[in-house]
Amino acid sequence: MMDILIYGTVNSVTFSLIAVGFTLVYGVSRLPNFAHGALYVLVGFMTWSFVNDLNLYYPLAIIISLCIASLLGALIYRLVLIRLRGLPTSEIIASFAFGLIILEGLRLQGIGGFKGFIGPFYVLPAFVDAKFRIAGVLIDAQRLIIIGGGLAVVILLWLFTHYSKIGLSLRAIAQDEQAAMMLGVDSDRVAMISLALGAALSGFAAVVILPLGNVTAEAGYRVLIYALAVCIIGGLGSWGGAILASFVLGFAMILSTSFFGAVWESVVLVGTIILILIFKPSGLLGKQKELEERV
Amino acid sequence: MTTNTPIAAKEERQERLDRGIKVRTEGLYALTSWREMSYLLAPRALLIFGLLFLPLLMDPYWQRVVCVAAVYALLALSFDFLAEYVGLVCLGGAFFIGCGGYISGLLNHHLGWSPFITIPIATIAGAMVSTLILLPCLRLRGVYFAIVSFMFPMLTVNIIVALNVFGGTEGISALATLPNIWFDQYIVIAVLIIALFVMRRLVNEDIGLIFRSIKDNDQAVRASGISITLYKIKAVFIAALMGCFGGAYMSHQYGWVGISLFAMDFSILPIAATVMGGGGTLVGPVLGALLLTPLSEALRGFGQLRVVLYCLILMGFIVYKPEGMMNYLQRKYHQFEHWRKV
Repeated sequence: MMDILIYGTVNSVTFSLIAVGFTLVYGVSRLPNFAHGALYVLVGFMTWSFVNDLNLYYPLAIIISLCIASLLGALIYRLVLIRLRGLPTSEIIASFAFGLIILEGLRLQGIGGFKGFIGPFYVLPAFVDAKFRIAGVLIDAQRLIIIGGGLAVVILLWLFTHYSKIGLSLRAIAQDEQAAMMLGVDSDRVAMISLALGAALSGFAAVVILPLGNVTAEAGYRVLIYALAVCIIGGLGSWGGAILASFVLGFAMILSTSFFGAVWESVVLVGTIILILIFKPSGLLGKQKELEERV
Repeated sequence: MTTNTPIAAKEERQERLDRGIKVRTEGLYALTSWREMSYLLAPRALLIFGLLFLPLLMDPYWQRVVCVAAVYALLALSFDFLAEYVGLVCLGGAFFIGCGGYISGLLNHHLGWSPFITIPIATIAGAMVSTLILLPCLRLRGVYFAIVSFMFPMLTVNIIVALNVFGGTEGISALATLPNIWFDQYIVIAVLIIALFVMRRLVNEDIGLIFRSIKDNDQAVRASGISITLYKIKAVFIAALMGCFGGAYMSHQYGWVGISLFAMDFSILPIAATVMGGGGTLVGPVLGALLLTPLSEALRGFGQLRVVLYCLILMGFIVYKPEGMMNYLQRKYHQFEHWRKV
């Protein structure tokens, strides 16, 4: 019983870490960043490369790859999405294409001596290699770090969006773009910052979560799906909803795994999405009350 | 009809005028001379005969590619119809292919029915199944529908693998194949041509008008006492018919169904083809698919490079030439343009 509670929490925090970047970008600038999963995987591989190929100090490698990821996020906006704002279809297609270029590019082989990241050889080291026993449940340190990281992200984001000037302008654009622009907030700049921040958050999720397993390019699609699922269930663009939804999904998956077996995970995921769409199309805490009328 | 395009240089502007022959051919006057008639018929005849002669020019390997390209063209057609005429951006074209493929594969494998029965059944049943599964998200619009439809093929793969149903990761092999390569090619090309012209007719009928108004302003449609969900169901069913036929056809062409029928290629290539060919023209996506599929086939040896390449093409077109090839060509065909001092 206790282990369901603890591992369910770990699972839920994992989901919210994955989803928080996506929901931040969408909430602020209404841009669905389908390159989210790709940035996640990219950070994993970059960190691995920096540590193993360039022999960089692990925390330094993490910081550099997070910086590169947020730079890429800003570039996606500056080069591509800025020309497509207000065209949801094109935004989705273009950002998804960008993500695919990264994901499939990582698997390219034989160009310029690049071997391609294929196979189960890419493992990020855990931050602390230890196991603890909490309330009789064995848990390794990395999973505790995930919980800590998740909490830290939520608290820092809250502080950032409530007490810093940039954060306040992010919220201003999210709440009322017209009014914010009248008060001198540059919508394009804010959207770029939100994408950079979203990319950094997905990268942070990657470095915290990936030490639990291998880094593979395929994980990018899964991460994107999880992020989308959490956002659909919680309500697109609603931060509270995203966190609530990750707890719903996290516990639903842990419960289904421990009672019916791991194979039912995706069935539970689909089932939850379909149920939510039938009964509350705008998501648990979605702001669009009449979603079928206006999205 | 004059369309003026303001451009960056302030002293000149580009002016477009319809060609005289275009105006003449709009009404009954089209029948006045061979010149007018050929103006109308030439592009259509070029397309139809081009498609019909395509298999004759190919060697056996490329004849297989023609079949695949036609399936992609059908998918691109259905994507274009849903996105540009109904406003539902369906990122899950692979879902249609998978539904059609698995249904015909299962019927053939377990009941031993011949492909000539299973393909029509799978087309209709697959379209019903996929419409039914997409039903909960038909109330959604825009980004929401795109996201949910994008997730379905991937989650279906997860479910098939996890529950180990329908042959699991192995798939079902040793299905009956179609008689010969010529039949293979002409059946799918015939379906493609019929689908293309039926769709062109359909979007100009009354039902097409409702579809387009759902895209433009669904509240107005509801206010007119028309159920938008019902018409969205009809639209998804029509689009799914094309996709499911493609899937059912492919399962019998390869003699195998597996989870690769839900692969990303089936979702992303038709989108690239639509963007490249020109959304909203219906012909453009077909041409786009017929150009992109051989390109990706030629790059097969380079592994993932082809995905990267068609994503680059996709992004280039969407950013720099969002109107696509077909809109551009149509403009050149129907209008002349000149620069004019202001």
